[in-house]
Amino acid sequence: MRIPWEATSLKNFRIVVLVVVSLFLLGLPLFTGQFISYLMLTFFAYAITVVGFNLLFGYTGLLSFGHALFMAVGAYTAAFLTSRFSVLYMEVILIVSVIVASILAALIGTICVRYIKIYFAMLTLAFGMLFYTFLLKFYYLTGGDEGMRVLRPYLLGFNFSEVPKMQFLTGSYYLYTFVILAILMFVMWKIISSPFGLCLKAIRDNPEKAEYLGVSVRKYRWYAFVISGAYAAIGGALLAPAIGQVDPGLTYWTHSGTLVFMTLLGGFENFFGPLIGGIVYIFLQDKIMSLTQYWRFIFGGILAFIVIAAPGGIAGVISSLAKRRKS
Amino acid sequence: MNEATGRMILSAQDLHKHYGEFCALGGVSFQINEGEFVSIIGPNGAGKTTLINVLTGLLKPNQGKVFFKDMEITGIGPERLSKLGLARSFQLVNIFPNFTVLEFLMVAIVSRLGKGKNFFSSLLRDQEVTGEALEVAELFGLGEKKDVLTKNLPQGDKKMLDVASAFALHPEVILLDEPTSGVSTSDKNKIMETLVSASKKIGIKSIIQVEHDMDIVFSYSDRIIALHQGKILADGAPETIEKDEEVVCTVVGQKECFKIFSSILNREG
Repeated sequence: MRIPWEATSLKNFRIVVLVVVSLFLLGLPLFTGQFISYLMLTFFAYAITVVGFNLLFGYTGLLSFGHALFMAVGAYTAAFLTSRFSVLYMEVILIVSVIVASILAALIGTICVRYIKIYFAMLTLAFGMLFYTFLLKFYYLTGGDEGMRVLRPYLLGFNFSEVPKMQFLTGSYYLYTFVILAILMFVMWKIISSPFGLCLKAIRDNPEKAEYLGVSVRKYRWYAFVISGAYAAIGGALLAPAIGQVDPGLTYWTHSGTLVFMTLLGGFENFFGPLIGGIVYIFLQDKIMSLTQYWRFIFGGILAFIVIAAPGGIAGVISSLAKRRKS
Repeated sequence: MNEATGRMILSAQDLHKHYGEFCALGGVSFQINEGEFVSIIGPNGAGKTTLINVLTGLLKPNQGKVFFKDMEITGIGPERLSKLGLARSFQLVNIFPNFTVLEFLMVAIVSRLGKGKNFFSSLLRDQEVTGEALEVAELFGLGEKKDVLTKNLPQGDKKMLDVASAFALHPEVILLDEPTSGVSTSDKNKIMETLVSASKKIGIKSIIQVEHDMDIVFSYSDRIIALHQGKILADGAPETIEKDEEVVCTVVGQKECFKIFSSILNREG
């Protein structure tokens, strides 16, 4: 009866770690400066995006190089609704973002999932850049390179316009975003532990065999594409009020590259890997940018190191260290 | 196998498949009936695997049609075929390397039960799926290895798992591409016994296999189709095939009968 005991104890250990980390993140603004909390807030928005991105990359085996498009869709939806239509309810913004991004992802996905590997990556990149050009050129609609302002939203119907900006962002908005991240993480965990998740992993490992076992490869890739697009849109919509201003750079290919970077850095083979990558990326970028203007150069070096020396990312290194210690 | 009932279950009509100049299939027609265990034999390059690939819709023939019962299935693709009731296994090991044995079989069962679109239900708590996967694993002697990663299995078990996953689809017809290749001679009969008893249990109506080992072919088949250079050389019961000099020479005892074979060619031409 040793194995079941070990399995349950491992599960309990993971739950304890998860609860401790969650409580720590939740209480962080109480014992740290506003700036750290603000960086954490942006991390929460990116975390939602990369968790969705990794459903496509880590679990289905499709590397999208234009995924920032959907983040931009969410962010611009927030900008449009708040500053053009005076819709300030965050819940409405999130729902509309999901609807718009899902429709767009459904259309783009129909074309993209017909291809794999580099062709898929290039096609998604092309759509991302197409959207970039649209945002840039239709300035009367989108504000062009100046972008659009995002007004402070109501959270659960409450108006926070009296609260100072940073206090709002690192207070109620921080909690709001964290709760959404927690819910979406739980939903993603359900998805990858479901029969659907099993089929995605089968497609990633061997699409031909999956097809022979009756798995409709193209259809499942499409579902994954739409789900990850919707996640990115929620991430983008939550990021928008934090940055206060959206611009076409959100869908530029380097921003898509950032999402890929975060996921590789943390480790795409692990459920929490992209989150680790996201948090390390955001804090490292802040640190290195304050030291040198050549931060991209250093980040390039880090990426090269990860790909060559630790393809499993930080999560991969941690789990192999844990295994070594066990044996 | 069940007794042959004579009802047609799979038929090929005048199949042609060319790869550039090379003709892999040059007009192949046959009909498989319910209850038959059919072996397709032939020397290397005779077109056996191409035939399986055309029958299972992976390749579209240049000419000709394939029917499953009354339905035309030419080139409709593996996924739809598996849903209609036609499954296959592969000559080369074809697995999901990062899956455990049980997870591997669950893919087939999830797909057969139409549960693939259950986005939020827990897979491991689904008694129907896990139970059936375990049942299939045990049927194929993989029960004790259910939690082993498939990439860590010995070659013979990988092969068995590939075959088992096709059986887990509960097809009416199963096509096995060299199910015993790369397996030690002593294990071959064990595999065949397992296949036959599993297909009885699951209710598979016909088995079609490509096989090189003539002992296996002659001891298990109800019928043998011999291919040579993309054409059917002979089609009949093992007893008939055994007496057919030409087939024996071309396919069964190639080198030894070279002389007889050339004399037959001279006689014909």
